[in-house]
Amino acid sequence: MRSVLDIVDLSVEELDELMQTACDIIDHPEKYQEVCKHKKLATLFFEPSTRTRLSFEAAMYELGGNVISVSSAGASSAAKGESVADTAKTVSCYADIIAMRHPKEGAALVASRAASIPVINAGDGGHNHPTQTLADLLTIYREKGHMDNLTVGLCGDLKFGRTVHSLINAMSRYANVRFVLISPEELKVPSYVKKDVLQRQRIPYIQTTDLEGVISQLDILYMTRVQRERFFNEEDYLRLKDSYILTPQKLTNAKKDLSIMHPLPRVNEISVAIDDDPRACYFKQVANGKYMRMALILKLLKEAGTI
Amino acid sequence: MNIDSIQNGIVIDHITAGRGMRLYELLHLDELDCSVAIIKNVTSQKMGKKDIIKIDSDVDINMDVIGFVDPQATVNIIREGERADKRCIEMPRELVNVIRCKNPRCITTTEQELDHVFRLTDRENKYTAVSTAKRKQKG
Repeated sequence: MRSVLDIVDLSVEELDELMQTACDIIDHPEKYQEVCKHKKLATLFFEPSTRTRLSFEAAMYELGGNVISVSSAGASSAAKGESVADTAKTVSCYADIIAMRHPKEGAALVASRAASIPVINAGDGGHNHPTQTLADLLTIYREKGHMDNLTVGLCGDLKFGRTVHSLINAMSRYANVRFVLISPEELKVPSYVKKDVLQRQRIPYIQTTDLEGVISQLDILYMTRVQRERFFNEEDYLRLKDSYILTPQKLTNAKKDLSIMHPLPRVNEISVAIDDDPRACYFKQVANGKYMRMALILKLLKEAGTI
Repeated sequence: MNIDSIQNGIVIDHITAGRGMRLYELLHLDELDCSVAIIKNVTSQKMGKKDIIKIDSDVDINMDVIGFVDPQATVNIIREGERADKRCIEMPRELVNVIRCKNPRCITTTEQELDHVFRLTDRENKYTAVSTAKRKQKG
């Protein structure tokens, strides 16, 4: 049974196919209104989430399907000590596809091995969150019209941010993509990402601490939040949290067609004054996330022979 | 130092000096009833120094463990005092329940009965927990 746990589970051809489907859904939503009629998505969220869970649920409803859900670990048998594998086997009897978020890394893999229906990883700890990357990719595609020949700037917490690592992984598979990695010294991209992805594939990149010095080169600026929960030391968090705040002044030298992205939620990395700038794409990313989740649900249900 | 030769059993030879005890532990040789000898720092023409393990019984041993700890070791199967078979070892692609995942955020920390699966990654011949591995890229 095909599941999607990591963005690299999907080939470049499959990513392109998902983006084409998502674009078709955007252009012709009526074609898709009943394709999942009588099918059920189970959203198993053992950790708080606003946009991801709602996005999955909205996606299934827009495909004409139904949703059953667990919205917290306390509201499920997990509170009684039920294992992830047993939960997945049980839910397989009720639903046609699972979207699962869990605080423990590898939980989605365990669920996918036990379930008899497809499992989509909606986030497993600090590990993977492939549908966020799908949202990012569709946003880049719709804003730029192509995925190659781009200079992608990633700014903020590049050490702990799972979305950053996944996006580097996904974008590095397209031709002539160059990365500009902007972060404080303490929050640089981990060496295994540089070694295993960038250096191995000889993808050009630069590392810098100076956002304003490089902003004019960028086609995409992907801002990230410094996450308090990743720090053992509050002092370090307080020192680093405001390292990069994007303001209209800092955009003075940016390209006119720059795309400003953020996986959200933001704290203060992007001034609200930028929200009305046509280059701001982060709320489009939210919408694109729903369309890519629709495309992914469709693909997996088709492959499973359910629709 | 002399250790008696064995009639029927296994000799793990050419173990990198210092790794014999690790192999002894991971192969759970302490649980065997038969005689087991660990010989450390044996002079070797080829290696300078090496460790050897002799097991005086024809038991099943997990070759994956040997491949993980020391892929240059060799395994000799002894029958009636003669070497009946010599096996070369390779690093296994996957290790199941040989080592445990130390990531405190891994699902294996809360669900005790899950297998601890590690896969060989390209990176410097390191093993990565499957639960947290950046798995092989498609396309």
